[in-house]
Amino acid sequence: MQRNLTIKTVVIVATVLICIFGIIGLPTSVAKLQSNIAHNIHLGLDLKGGSHLVLQVQVQDAAKAEADQVIELLREETRTRNILVAGGFDRNDPETLKDTENIQVTLHGVDPAKASILRSMVTEKFPDWTLSGLNANDYKMNMKPSSVLELKRNTVTQSLQTIEKRVNELGLTEPTVQAHGDPVTQSEILVELPGEGDPAHVKEIIGATAQLKIVEVKNEGPWKTAQEALGAKGGILPLNTELREFVSAGASGGWYLISRTPVITGQDMRSAKAATDPDSPGRWETSFTLSQDGARRFERFTQANIGNRLAVVLDTQIRSVATIQSAISDSGRINGLSSDQEANDLALVLRTGALPAGIKYLQDATVGPSLGLDSIREGIFSGIAGLVAVIIVMLIYYKKAGLNAVLALLLNTILLMAALCYFGATLTLPGIAGIILTVGMAVDSNVLIFERIREEIRSGKSIIAAVDAGFGKAWWTIVDTHVTTIVSCLFLFIFGSGPVKGFAVTLVIGLLANVFTAVFVSKVIFDWELSGKTEVTELSI
Amino acid sequence: MELFKKTNFDFLGHKWPFIIASLVLSVGGLLSLAVKGGPKYGIEFKGGLLMTVRFASKPDVEKIRTVLSKVLSQPPSVQTFEGASDQNEVEIEVGVDSTGRKDADAELERSKKLVIDTLAQTFGQPGNGKLDLNNATAIQLSQRIIDPLQRAGVSLSVQQVEELATAVIGFRDSHGGLITKIDDLRGVPGLTPQALTVFNQESYLAPYTAARSSESVGPKVGADLRSQAISATLLALAGMLVYIWFRFEWVYGVGAVIAVFHDTIITIGIFSIMDKEISLTVIAALLTLVGYSMNDTIVIFDRIRENLQLNKRGGLVDVINLSVNQTLSRTVMTSGLTFLAVLALFLFGGPVLHGFSLALVIGIIIGTYSSVFVASPIVLAWHDWADKRRKTAPEVPVSAPRAGAPAKGSVKAAK
Repeated sequence: MQRNLTIKTVVIVATVLICIFGIIGLPTSVAKLQSNIAHNIHLGLDLKGGSHLVLQVQVQDAAKAEADQVIELLREETRTRNILVAGGFDRNDPETLKDTENIQVTLHGVDPAKASILRSMVTEKFPDWTLSGLNANDYKMNMKPSSVLELKRNTVTQSLQTIEKRVNELGLTEPTVQAHGDPVTQSEILVELPGEGDPAHVKEIIGATAQLKIVEVKNEGPWKTAQEALGAKGGILPLNTELREFVSAGASGGWYLISRTPVITGQDMRSAKAATDPDSPGRWETSFTLSQDGARRFERFTQANIGNRLAVVLDTQIRSVATIQSAISDSGRINGLSSDQEANDLALVLRTGALPAGIKYLQDATVGPSLGLDSIREGIFSGIAGLVAVIIVMLIYYKKAGLNAVLALLLNTILLMAALCYFGATLTLPGIAGIILTVGMAVDSNVLIFERIREEIRSGKSIIAAVDAGFGKAWWTIVDTHVTTIVSCLFLFIFGSGPVKGFAVTLVIGLLANVFTAVFVSKVIFDWELSGKTEVTELSI
Repeated sequence: MELFKKTNFDFLGHKWPFIIASLVLSVGGLLSLAVKGGPKYGIEFKGGLLMTVRFASKPDVEKIRTVLSKVLSQPPSVQTFEGASDQNEVEIEVGVDSTGRKDADAELERSKKLVIDTLAQTFGQPGNGKLDLNNATAIQLSQRIIDPLQRAGVSLSVQQVEELATAVIGFRDSHGGLITKIDDLRGVPGLTPQALTVFNQESYLAPYTAARSSESVGPKVGADLRSQAISATLLALAGMLVYIWFRFEWVYGVGAVIAVFHDTIITIGIFSIMDKEISLTVIAALLTLVGYSMNDTIVIFDRIRENLQLNKRGGLVDVINLSVNQTLSRTVMTSGLTFLAVLALFLFGGPVLHGFSLALVIGIIIGTYSSVFVASPIVLAWHDWADKRRKTAPEVPVSAPRAGAPAKGSVKAAK
């Protein structure tokens, strides 16, 4: 009995030491103690201040881009196979994320005699798509469901990586970028930026699609307006061209007719940096260099087109137009930027690559550091006030046994905090709600046991027997209450979102710790008190 | 000390006044919900923009509302921050068009900018060419002072200037995000009198800070979050029902879940009557309350089961009454202590915890009495009905719930 008790005590003391180490480490000074605690306990953004952004990847954009590529390829393949597609190709325009799977390419006016060749061509060259007839002459192509899934997954992953690169290049402290919810159905990304910052600026940088391309300018124009340009072309643009506006330093420089097929795209970019614009004082520019492969292509193209014009197009705007003087191999620039920040931001997004699809902000919460500090201060103060009140009442009501309960309660809190530290879990406001319920249930477990012991003593049992019976009978009640709550936490964890999950995790850890402290530790303390005595006539409870 | 030694109250004999009280509260709450068209959801659940702005002195709420109404497409709600220790904070809420207009998110972004600009024009002096220290970030501050410091002959490296700026902003944030006199900065380490002169030249203090907190949520996300929270809670309730069914008897599970449901409805109803918002933190409080109330009910059920297994004399009414009396001391102690802790949170927890602790204060009271006056009567009523149908003797034996636990305390786990 005595030996058994010693082993139990060793287990308890060891657990406590491990837990305390988990929270405070090995501090050598008060300052070190504070910094260790701050380092080990991860506070959520709602407590320490910071910004929390939820954004959604517009996967339908990637599907459209994919369909455009398919159309390009279809043109080529039908030409080589001599399949006449009289009415041309066309795709639909899915507007929302949900519509992504409805992406469809239509082939108008296909020569009926070539139907079987067309079928085998699609099977061979477009394994991600299925072909079906609309009528005798028109066909539609749809993306296979498995390919849509893959496209979604890839697009979200790529966006995640790009955003991560961008956020990291901003040099903020401990930002996190992670998928949020189900990548396929929700396509959401969560960005958390602790501490002070400029969330509006970060949002701009994250959201820049930054699709850069260098294209050939057709040898006419520029025109003042798009209408004028369209008029000059007789209302119809030549095949494979588009009209884009040249914007420099916020002012329009006219509309140009450019080729749709780029010579160079953002993927050929090797590096980009900001510098002052040598041509216009007070302005800035972003210069970039190309990869080897891109440089080779660029050189070949410029060699063949000396005297013609090139345009650097970013997203939907032309950012610079230049006449090719000689063969250029590996660099280019975008000038006329109004500030160093604009130039630096552009360099950053070019360096980190384009997003495969646009993004949309769903949620944006910023807690200022001052409110965070106030919350922590008030939270800690009120928590301690509540705890002290509970301790005082317990000590008055249960006397020495109350001390027992207070010890178990403190130990429970230490265990819970230590578990959060070891798991690297984040403590948020809902997490604190979980802690409060844990403390409530811990108090309850002790009260249950003590009331049971009192009852047993009243019914005439000896002290030792009463303590045993009290713990024994209360045990199953404690199991039932705890398991019920843990079961509900499982559901909250599986089906709930972020904050609800945080609540569930904290509560489950707290309840497991409570079974250890309220039942095991508390019993050991009683045993110590009663051990070695053959006749116990009084128990302070 | 013992308050309740051997009590013998006839709880179930007096159940009707309580059940009527419950009905009145539930119906009142539901009526309020019906009249107001559902709960008043927080920004996370309905979408929109919410900003907390702190002023140096009690702000003119009416004035803020008027100037903002002029620039925003729909009138904002402006009110003092509930539960704040001083009355200097206001919450500005701007709704969002939830009719599915495509650019609700851009609209939110625009509204936020308009609010910030309008506040600056109304309460600050954006035209004076100085930096507003109460609304600046450390980066803005360091960029602003780096050249003037050099001109004033304060030789600091770029890194030192950044550190100084961070220290100044940190000082401001630890003082509620708002300082009223630039001279207050004297306490900041590393700030020499010379540098202070530069601060006086380059910056001023607007009598407010808009950087307390801001939140904008698209309308669709709000709806998603709402349905997700509700379905997770309902599934959790179903999970508990199944467990209690397995451990006791199905009617106990039903009784417990109805009781918990009753607590939640009443709390939401009272929030509606008091015109308080159901925010994400209030949801956390409701979850806490569900756990608490369930715990309370199971303790009593456990005792009922134990007493039935001991074959106590009397009908189920007597067994339930006896069980409630036996656990009365623990009920009062536990709920009293938990109430004490939650009350501390309500009184001193600050504005962020206000809705949260209020929900718990209400919930603990309701949750405690629902175990006795809602959950137990349901079990009793069903057994009475079942007995009548079987036309058996009204007296014992009442069947003991399926015994999952050993009848008499097994101490093996406790040892």
